[in-house]
Amino acid sequence: MERKNPIVQIKHVSKSYRRGSQIVPVLNDITVDINEGEFLALMGPSGSGKSTLLNLIAGIDRVDSGSILVDGVEITGLVETELANWRANHVGFVFQFYNLIPVLTAFENVELPLLLTRLTRKERKKHVEIALAAVNLSHRLAHYPAQLSGGEQQRVAIARAVVTDPTILVADEPTGDLDRKSAEEIMDLMDGLNRELGKTIIMVTHDPRAAQKAYVIRHLDKGVLNDVHHQNSV
Amino acid sequence: MITTSGMALVVFVFATILMLVQGLQQTLVQTGFEDNLIVIRRASGSEVQSGIDRYQASIIETDSAVASGSDGERFLAKEMVVLITLPKKGHAGSSNVTLRGVTKKSLELRPQVKLVKGRMPNAGSTEIITGQSLVRRFDGVNIGESIRFGKRDWTVVGAFDAGSTGFNSEIWGDSDQLMQAFRRPVYSSVLFRLRDHDDFDAVKVRLESDPRLTVDIKREARYYEEQSEVMAKFLRILGISITVIFSLGAIIGAMITMYTSVANRIGEIGTLQALGFQRTSILGAFLVEALLLGLAGGITGLVFASLMRFVKISTVNFQTFSELEFGFALSFEIVCMVLAFALIMGFAGGVLPAIRASRMNIVDALRES
Ligand SMILES: Nc1ncnc2c1ncn2[C@@H]1O[C@H](COP(=O)(O)OP(=O)(O)OP(=O)(O)O)[C@@H](O)[C@H]1O
Ligand SMILES: [Mg+2]
Repeated sequence: MERKNPIVQIKHVSKSYRRGSQIVPVLNDITVDINEGEFLALMGPSGSGKSTLLNLIAGIDRVDSGSILVDGVEITGLVETELANWRANHVGFVFQFYNLIPVLTAFENVELPLLLTRLTRKERKKHVEIALAAVNLSHRLAHYPAQLSGGEQQRVAIARAVVTDPTILVADEPTGDLDRKSAEEIMDLMDGLNRELGKTIIMVTHDPRAAQKAYVIRHLDKGVLNDVHHQNSV
Repeated sequence: MITTSGMALVVFVFATILMLVQGLQQTLVQTGFEDNLIVIRRASGSEVQSGIDRYQASIIETDSAVASGSDGERFLAKEMVVLITLPKKGHAGSSNVTLRGVTKKSLELRPQVKLVKGRMPNAGSTEIITGQSLVRRFDGVNIGESIRFGKRDWTVVGAFDAGSTGFNSEIWGDSDQLMQAFRRPVYSSVLFRLRDHDDFDAVKVRLESDPRLTVDIKREARYYEEQSEVMAKFLRILGISITVIFSLGAIIGAMITMYTSVANRIGEIGTLQALGFQRTSILGAFLVEALLLGLAGGITGLVFASLMRFVKISTVNFQTFSELEFGFALSFEIVCMVLAFALIMGFAGGVLPAIRASRMNIVDALRES
């Protein structure tokens, strides 16, 4: 396996939550690199801190100690507003429950992150159409989330996640709420994004079938990251 | 929806009170004619309490500031005002009505008063004419009918229209006849047209300092404005108290709506924040929503309030104790005030929920979805 650039560098990151007077340690001195173009599946038992780690990488949660660099930017050192701007430019999110805005159409949902860019209306339209075509939903532009199946909604969410061409794509159990067939479609899409477009994808999943598409699998247990399982090496 | 109607109700109350005060003031201010001066006994406050004897009246009559009428005579009217009670139409009660003893010049001095039916009362007769608003509200005051007061029967021989002025609720009769009937030796007021608009200060000083007279002299417009001040103030205080109480309710309603709206969209708020929207944008969005809520309530309330323009109210003016009819008047200032008020209500109701929405922790918010 050739040596690649680490795009995400996690150094000695610890994180605990406070539950009442009790302190619950979640992540314990985690150090790991994620390479550019890698498709990483984070697995592990429930409550092991997978989501917490993903949220820290995506810049929506704060570390207690340690640092995280993404593409050379130390995001653990950014203030709130800078972090929001950084997310807008560098992170694409795919959630378990799609998290589409119900009052907006598929088109508008995908356009949403582009509103934070300098793109003109016309340019935005073009980008949105390309992104929705990439997830095979060109025929559903004007549909509202409630008018779409779960699989279709997640495809819209993927289009929203990639429309800004982010540095990393984070997905927390993207197939957790889907039937097997839809889940396979989603995984094929993610696989395509990774293989064809070289997207770095960090995905949390419980589903071994989903994890199989990834070519690095790491297990998180009791706040400690275990050994790497390489597979599907390209 | 409920919040909007609640706000609309408050706005309606607020707007109608303002419109009422405006209507009252318009009515009373229009009653006065700018270049007419009214002379009443010093510190008497109103015509009803005033008394000016014949000798004093003649001193005023010969003052150089009094204009000449079209016929060359002094453009002046020595009038008497008393209150009588008349039975109201329809329902049982009765109400005070202003009875004005007038002279030849009384009508001409008041261009806003026009005889619309019949004729003026003949001098020396027990004839009267009645204002149009009075005709609508009281019995026995139509042309040809007669009513009894001052131990005599008085026949209605004409009707006058005084627009939305206070005169429209009056009965006019011959001054000398009425003074006899009510055994009043003195006039109530002297009204005259100023020869020159700028003479006011001079004539005021001259007459008020004349040792033979103890009078106050005012522009007629100012006089009627003063007559409405206590009432306007009362309406304003009443209106504002009601509005304050109601608006507290509406603000709480708006707050509940906005909190619900925030609670229902916690997941969306978290998503937007994750996508990189700033907290300030989220705060702004919720504030805009609250303001729109307020505006919707404001416009709805105003629309209903504006329908009140077709309603007329008659009530007793505390200062003159006479029945007065007036309407609701809408002005540009009122519209602005009311809309500003509605926006403030929306803002007050929305600001806390909006802050809550913008302060939300992203991870916690996302968990809610
Ligand atoms: N905001 C929070 N406050 C308190 N405790 C929290 C918070 N977020 C997470 N935790 C706790 O941290 C631990 C790890 O949570 P996390 O969501 O990262 O687990 P996970 O591996 O994603 O689990 P699952 O597979 O069930 O999603 C859990 O014990 C959880 O209860
Ligand atoms: Mg999780």
